[in-house]
Amino acid sequence: MEIQSPQFKEKARNALANEQLQRAMGKAKTGFISKRKKSVEALPEFEDLRSSARAIKDHTLAHLDLYLEAYEEKVKASGGHVHWAETAEDARQAVLAICRAAGARTVTKGKSMITEEIALNDFLEKEGIRPVETDLGEYIIQLRGEHPSHIIGPALHLNKEQVEEDFRRVHTQLPEERDLSQPESLLGEAREILRPQYFTADVGITGANMLIAETGSSIIVTNEGNGDLTQTLPRIHVVVASIEKIVPTLEDASQILRVLARSATGQDMSVYTTLSTGPRRPGDPDGPEEYHVILLDNGRSSMLGTEFHEMLRCIRCGACMNHCPVYHAVGGHAYGWVYPGPMGAVLTPSLVGVDKSGHLPNASTFCGRCESVCPMQIPLPRMMRHWREREFERGLNPATQRYGLGFWAFFARRPRLYRLATSLAIPTLSGLAGRRGWFRSLPLAGGWTRYRDLPAPQSRTFMQQWQARSGAPHGREGGDR
Amino acid sequence: MSGRNAILGKLRGALGAAGESDSARRAAVEQRLAGAPRGLVPARGQLGAKERAALFCSMAEAVTATVERVGASGDVPLAVTRYLRSRNLAPSVRMGEDERLAGMNWASQRSLEVKHGPADREDEVGVSHAFAGVAETGTIAMLSGKENPTTVNFVPENHIIVVEAADIAGDLETVIARMREKFGKGAMPRILNLITGPSRSGDIEQTMLLGAHGPRSLHIIVVGE
Repeated sequence: MEIQSPQFKEKARNALANEQLQRAMGKAKTGFISKRKKSVEALPEFEDLRSSARAIKDHTLAHLDLYLEAYEEKVKASGGHVHWAETAEDARQAVLAICRAAGARTVTKGKSMITEEIALNDFLEKEGIRPVETDLGEYIIQLRGEHPSHIIGPALHLNKEQVEEDFRRVHTQLPEERDLSQPESLLGEAREILRPQYFTADVGITGANMLIAETGSSIIVTNEGNGDLTQTLPRIHVVVASIEKIVPTLEDASQILRVLARSATGQDMSVYTTLSTGPRRPGDPDGPEEYHVILLDNGRSSMLGTEFHEMLRCIRCGACMNHCPVYHAVGGHAYGWVYPGPMGAVLTPSLVGVDKSGHLPNASTFCGRCESVCPMQIPLPRMMRHWREREFERGLNPATQRYGLGFWAFFARRPRLYRLATSLAIPTLSGLAGRRGWFRSLPLAGGWTRYRDLPAPQSRTFMQQWQARSGAPHGREGGDR
Repeated sequence: MSGRNAILGKLRGALGAAGESDSARRAAVEQRLAGAPRGLVPARGQLGAKERAALFCSMAEAVTATVERVGASGDVPLAVTRYLRSRNLAPSVRMGEDERLAGMNWASQRSLEVKHGPADREDEVGVSHAFAGVAETGTIAMLSGKENPTTVNFVPENHIIVVEAADIAGDLETVIARMREKFGKGAMPRILNLITGPSRSGDIEQTMLLGAHGPRSLHIIVVGE
C-alpha cells in the first residue's frame, strides 16, 4: 500500500471531523480496555508471564539466524517448502510463482498483516488472480477498497449501517427486502457468501502468529475459523510470515499464547489456535497437498542490534493501540500505512524510513499506557523519542519547530539569562491574560489557540515558586493541594 | 538461495556472530531445542484430577460451549441423539475412523445416520474424539488424520467432541509432553487444533457474535469421572 503517513496532520483533522468514525471509535476505546483488564485480573501470574514471554523473545532474537536455520530444516523434513524473501517484491514473486505453478485463479486468505505489508492483494489482482479475504472484518474492507484500521480488528472504524450498505451494494444476488439491521444477519450473510469460496479456491494464504523452530510448525490464532478453512480446503497452503515470528519450542509458544489473546481481546485463549506442520500425509483424508512458507525480512534485519531492536519482540496483539488516546481520537487510517497506533509509530519509520513517515513518531502524548500494557514490555515511547531525535538530526521537522527549539535551547543553556527572561515573561503574560486566566489567541501560538484556549502562566516562575516553597516551613505539605 | 544467504548474512552481521562466540550461540540453541524447558504454568493449570475435570467444564461453559458428563463411553451415542433432538437437528452425523468412536454402539440409535470420512458442505453435525482437554482454559486438543479429519472440526455447523475425563490435562504443557511421547521429539501431527468454544467474530462494532465461519455450536461430552 502506498505510504500516506506524511499526510498525518491532514488525515487526523479529517478523522476528528468524521462523525461515523468518531461514533465507531467511541465504542472501540472502552471495549478493548475493559475486556483486557478483566482477563488480566483473573490471572495472578500475568505479570510474570509477561516477563517470561519477553525473555523468550530476547533469547530468540539473539540467536535468530540459528533458529531460522533449525526451523527451515524441520519444515523440509515434514515435506514443506521454505522461500526466503529479502523484500516485499521477493515475497510477492514467490507467492505468484506458487500460484502460477498451480494454475490458480482464486486464492482465499486468512487475516494477515504481512500480506497487507507486501500489498499482496493488489499485486495478485493485477496478475489476474482473484484474492478473497475470508475474515469478516477483512472481507468488509475488501468490499470497500479500504485497508485495515486496526491490526486485529480491521473494520474497527465502521458502524453496522455502513456494513449493511456495502452488503446491499455488492450482494445483489440476494433479495432486496432482506433484513440486515442486526449484526447477526450481517455475519450470517458473510458466512453464506464466503462458504463456497473455500471449496473452489486453488490456494489458501494465511499469516502466522508464530513459527516454531523445534518442530517446523506455523501457528495461526483466530476466532472465526476462516483461517482454518482457508488452509485446509484448497490444494495448496501458503504461509507468509516475517522472520521475527520464530520461537524456539512448543513450550515457548505456550508461554506466549498465555499473554497474546488476553492482551488482544481479553480472551484466555482465542477460539482456534492451530499448529500446522507440512502438507497432507499418507492416509490423511484432508488437508493441502503442498505447504509453503515465505519468510520475509523486508527491513527487519536492519533493526536487529539497533535502538529499535526491542520492537522485534512485538507479537501484534494490538494492546498498544487499544490503549492509545491518539489512536482513539483519530483511528487507524490517519497513520497512513499498514501499522497504526504506537507500534506503527515505531515500526513504520523502521521499515519504510523516517523521511517517509512524516509525523508518526510525534503522534503520541507519551502518556506511557502502551508500554504499560504491552505483553512484550516494549518501550514504545522511548523508541518514538529515538525517532524524533533522528528526525531532528536529519532536519526533517519543519523550520518553525527547529527555530523554536533553537531559540529555547539558547536560553536553556544559559541559566541566568533563562531565569531573567522567564521572570519577565511570566508576569507579563499573566497580566495580559488578566483575571480570565487564559488566551483565546496569542502570536506564535496559533497552532494551539486555533483549537483551544491557552492557559496563562501563574504569576511567578517555577524556580521562584520552588524557592519560596523550600524556604517555607512544611513547604512540601503546603504545596500538595 | 540468494535470499536465504543475504538474510542470514545480515542477521549474523547485526548480531556480531563469528568465531568462538558463534559456537557458544550454537550450543545455547541446541540446548534449548533439546531441553525444551517448561515455562511458568499458572496455579490454575496445576490442579488434581477431579478439580481438573471440573475446571475444564466450567471454563468451556464460560466460552459458550455446552458440556455434558456421561459415565461411560457406551452412553455417548444416546447423548448425541438427545443433543440433536434438543437442537432440532436432523439425525445425521459425520465422523472419522477413530477407534474409540467406532467401538461405541451407534446402531443402538436406530434413526441416526452415521457417515464416515472427511466432512463436506452437506454435513450439519460433526462428531470427533479429542486427543486431550486443557483445564486451564477449557480447550480441546484435536489431531489431524483419518481418525478425526480436520474438516470435521470446521465445516459442519455443529460440532460434538467426545473427551475422556482421564485425558483432561491441567495445562497445555502436559498435552505437549503427551504429543512428544506419541510422535517423537521434534515431530508433530500435520495439524494440532486447540479449540476453545464455538466460532465467533467481534468484527462488527466489537459485538462478539457466535457462528462465524466455523461451528455455531460446540457440544463437549466428557466421558468418565
